[in-house]
This record gives sequence, C-alpha cells and structure tokens, in this order.
Amino acid sequence: MSARKTGGPVSVRKTGRTLPLHVVLVAVGAVMAVPLLYAVLSGFKSTDELSRNPIGLPDSWLTSNYTDILGSGSFWRLLGSSTLIAIGTTVVVVAVSALAAFSFARFAFRGREALFTLFTMGLMFPFAVAALPLFLLLRSMDLLDNPLGVILPQAAFGLPMTIVVLRGFFREIPAELEEAATLDGCGPLGFFWRILLPMARPALGTVSVLAVVGSWNNFFLPLLVFTDSTWWTIPIGVQQFQGQYSAEYARVFAYLVLAMVPALAFYSVAERQLVGGLTAGATKG
Amino acid sequence: MTSTFLPDKRSGPDVGLPSPAADTGRGRARRRALHWLTAVGFQVPALVLFGALVLLPMLFALYASFFRWGGFGMPEDYVGGDNFTRLFEDPVFLGDLWRCLVLVLLSLALQLPFALALAVALNQRIRGRAVYRMLFFAPYILSEAITGVLFGMIFAPDDGLADHALGAIGLDGVGGQWFADPSTVMATLFLVMTWKYFGFHMMLYLAGLQSIPAELTEAALIDGAGPWQRFRHVTLPLLAPTLRISVFLSVIGSIQLFDLVWVTTAGGPDHHSETMAVTLFQHGFKRYQVGYASAISVAMFAISLVFALAYQRFVLRRDLEGATTTLRGGGS
Repeated sequence: MSARKTGGPVSVRKTGRTLPLHVVLVAVGAVMAVPLLYAVLSGFKSTDELSRNPIGLPDSWLTSNYTDILGSGSFWRLLGSSTLIAIGTTVVVVAVSALAAFSFARFAFRGREALFTLFTMGLMFPFAVAALPLFLLLRSMDLLDNPLGVILPQAAFGLPMTIVVLRGFFREIPAELEEAATLDGCGPLGFFWRILLPMARPALGTVSVLAVVGSWNNFFLPLLVFTDSTWWTIPIGVQQFQGQYSAEYARVFAYLVLAMVPALAFYSVAERQLVGGLTAGATKG
Repeated sequence: MTSTFLPDKRSGPDVGLPSPAADTGRGRARRRALHWLTAVGFQVPALVLFGALVLLPMLFALYASFFRWGGFGMPEDYVGGDNFTRLFEDPVFLGDLWRCLVLVLLSLALQLPFALALAVALNQRIRGRAVYRMLFFAPYILSEAITGVLFGMIFAPDDGLADHALGAIGLDGVGGQWFADPSTVMATLFLVMTWKYFGFHMMLYLAGLQSIPAELTEAALIDGAGPWQRFRHVTLPLLAPTLRISVFLSVIGSIQLFDLVWVTTAGGPDHHSETMAVTLFQHGFKRYQVGYASAISVAMFAISLVFALAYQRFVLRRDLEGATTTLRGGGS
C-alpha cells in the first residue's frame, strides 16, 4: 500500500476508480436539474404543443407565455410585496436580535441563562402551533391585509436563530477591545454601535441573508394574513395562478420559472453567506 | 467568560461608573441595579416581540384548547378535556401521527444516508464538485409553494413529465396516479421532499467532513485501512455530532410539514397525505373549530417539546462542545 502525500482530505488517484462515481453524480445531477429545465422549456411551448410534445425541445420557441406575465402588473406587484416584506422582516429581526445578542454575549446579569434558554426553545417550536391565536391577535389589532401583519410575526419567529448566531459571533470579539473602548469613554451603547456592529458585519450579512430567504419563501403566514390580493407575496401568487390557469399548463410553467428567478439569482450572489449561515445556524439548533 | 460589563469587580473593569467614591454599600447596590437594567434594557425589544407574537399565542392556544369555540369573541363554552379525548379518537389525527412517523423513518433510512453518501463523494477532489454542490443545494432555497406546484404538474397523472419519461424508457404503467392515488401519495411526497431537502443535509455533512483533520484519514491509510474501514472507523465517529443535529432537524421538519402538502394535495386524497399542521389548518381556518384546532396545536407543541427534550437529554448532551466548535468554523 503506497502512502503518497495527498493534497485534499481524501484524494482519488486512479481515474478508473472515479468513473462509477461520475456516473452516479451525473445521474443525481440530472434528476435535480431536469424538473427545472423541463419547466423552462415547457414555458416556451403552447399548452397544445406541451401535450403533443412533452419532453423534446419546443418546435418554435414561443415567448408569449413569459412576456405576457412580465407585461402584466400583477407579477411585479407580487415581486414588490415580497421584497418589501423581506426587507422589513430583515431590518426588524436583525436590529432587535443584535441588541439582545449583545446583552447575552457581553453582560453577566441575573436571569441571563434562563432568558437565553427561553429564546433557544423557540428554535424547535413549529410556527403552526401559534398560527391560530396569532391570526386572531392580528385580526383584533387590525393587521390583517397589512404587511406588518407578516413582517412582525416573521421577525418574532426569526429571533431565536438570529440571536443564537449573533451571540456566538459577539462573544468572540476580544474583551481587550471593550476595555480599550471603555477607557476611551465609550459606554455600552457606544461600544455596541461604534465598535461591535462594524466588526460584526460578516455575521450581520449572514443572518440578513437567512432572514431574507426565510421571508421570501414563507407561505403559511401570508396565506393566513392576506385575505385579499393587495399584498400577496410570490408563493401565494404562484398557488393562486395555478388555481386560476390550471388548464393552461404552459403558462403555469412560465410563471413558475419567473417566480424562481429571484431566489436562484439571490442564491448565486449570496451562496457563501447562505450555506455558511445555514450550517452554522443548524449546528447550534 | 469574556464579558467585561460585569457587576463583580473581580472579573473585569467596570463600565459607566465614573467615581470610585460611589463604592459604598448603597452605591454598589445602586450600581448593580443600574447594570442589570442596562443589560436587560437591551433585551426589551426582543422580549416584547417574542412575548407578544410567539409566547402569548402559544399560551392562548393552550387556553383555547379547553373550549368549544368558533374563533369569534372570547371562548366561553368550557368543555374540559373533551377536545383532547376527541383528538385521540380522531382517525385523521391518529393517521397524521402515523404518517409523520413514516416520513421520519423514510428520511432516516433513505434520505439522510443518500445525503451522506453524496457528501462523502463530493468531499473528494473530483471534477465539477463545485457545480454539483451548488446544483444539489439549489432546491433547498426554492419556496415550498413553488416546488409543490412544479411537482404537482410533473406528477400529473398520465400527462406529467414523470409518466411521459417512464413511457419513453419503456416503463409505461409503472407510474400512474402519483399524488392522486392513496397508495402512492406518501411515496411521491417523500420523493419531492428528498429532492428539496437532501442538499441541505449534504451541505451540513460537507461542513462536518471538512472539519475532520486530513492527518487522521492519512494515518489510517498508512496503517493499511481500506476506504470502508477509514469511513467506518475514522470519518463516521468524527461526523457523529453533525449527524445527530441533521437527524434532529429532519424530525422537527417532518413534525411541522405543511406548505408542500398543502400545495400538492391539501392532505388528500381522502386524508391519505394529511399532516398535523394540515389538519390544524382545516379545522381552524376552514371549519371554524378553533377550540379543537387549538388542541391539535397543543399536541404538536407537546410532541415537539418531548422529542426535543429527550433528544437533547439523551443524544445531543455529549455534543455541546462539538457543536460550538462547528459554529465557529462555519460562522463566517
């Protein structure tokens, strides 16, 4: 057995041995990609052609499914609502969590552990448990059909994860920095605002990305809160569109593709924060 | 403990306390109170938000579960434990529990091992691994609603891609009704869940694998361990903390499952794919049996709680150190 020096964790030396592996990876990759490609291609067909020619390339590339959707105001309206709600949620959850995480990470105070446990318990409780009373509460506060009715509960349910991740990050900022700031006359708030937050930019980026994605994909809460179409978000819009045009397959496929584009674009830009944040958040779950 | 904002002088310098002259008994007590107020002051926004929109609704669900109540006005018709008695005699809810168990077992037996195998494969220096990684993870960031609508159409009976593709490779009749057939709906749902979620678990494992020092596998290699032995006796034990967390998330995910089911089948045909959250939604928002739906909430809460506590007590306890290490590694 030769023990050649290797560069990676495990390295595969003989190409002969990697062939089966490549076959498996290509097969899995195909299963992952085909549904998405199928949707894209189907969007370029007419519904008639789709039933005649479900698998192949379109006979003639029909763009009207896509352009009709992009030309109507309703799709852009969904995009606008989703964006507004995602940004609102992110701002609220990150601001509120940063304050709490600062207190958890840099202060010793009576009741700290109990309070932290309370928040971490929130990590494992299904949103559905609170859905009904939350709905009644929002109704009594007149927040149904109001974006705040989605933003505030999303932020509240996002607190545990955000606090846990930020607290971990804040704890690693050396105490010497804090002492130096104190000697320079910085109070706790000054230290938080002028030193801690700027230093924590990568962590703030990570939790923001997670908050945006969580809000963007949320379905249950907007489904409850938005009884009319004024503030519908993309997931609700997709489901409604399918209900409305259930016989026009090709149009629904085009709609699905357009609805996926923002999330996939965001993923390609923020892949590192997303994957890093999700694995970091999860390992603390 | 790295904190310097401590009330106790031994642990670090004090902050916001200008004069040492104030260090009398009363001064110290006041200072402590001030310190506590500062610390807790930072918590107030989070406490208000979390208390009002998470804790309060959960407590109210507990309260409402003891009433027959349509959701308007305050609950008045107290029925004691009747909602719970009804719950545990309700074949739909008992079915929900059974289906949850089925999904958990299928995930543990198939989805997570599949994710692990691919993580191990992609942890090698292999051509195109960045592309595979990105592709396998991509479905995870799509909304469940979009995924559900997409696969509802792909698995459309006779007319969807799935049946056409099977027909094209000469397997007509192997497919069939998919989501529309009570005997295949759960398997179809599980397929879609695997498509959507395995990439997430794969990413967790990859992060775990990358934190295993290369020297260990190399040492095993020098000692003459084959690939399987290296995996079984070096990689797997070191990956155990990550595996336990991934199992935990998978189970919690199965307990909460709603979006995907609601969009594809709404629990049908004839309740055969219904989950606890779907049953809750049906009773609470479609039939206005809010008291009964609250009892379902409470049951879901209790199941999650018991599972989480038991898991933490018996499985995760050993891993606290490992978990925080991983957090540091993957945090930024």
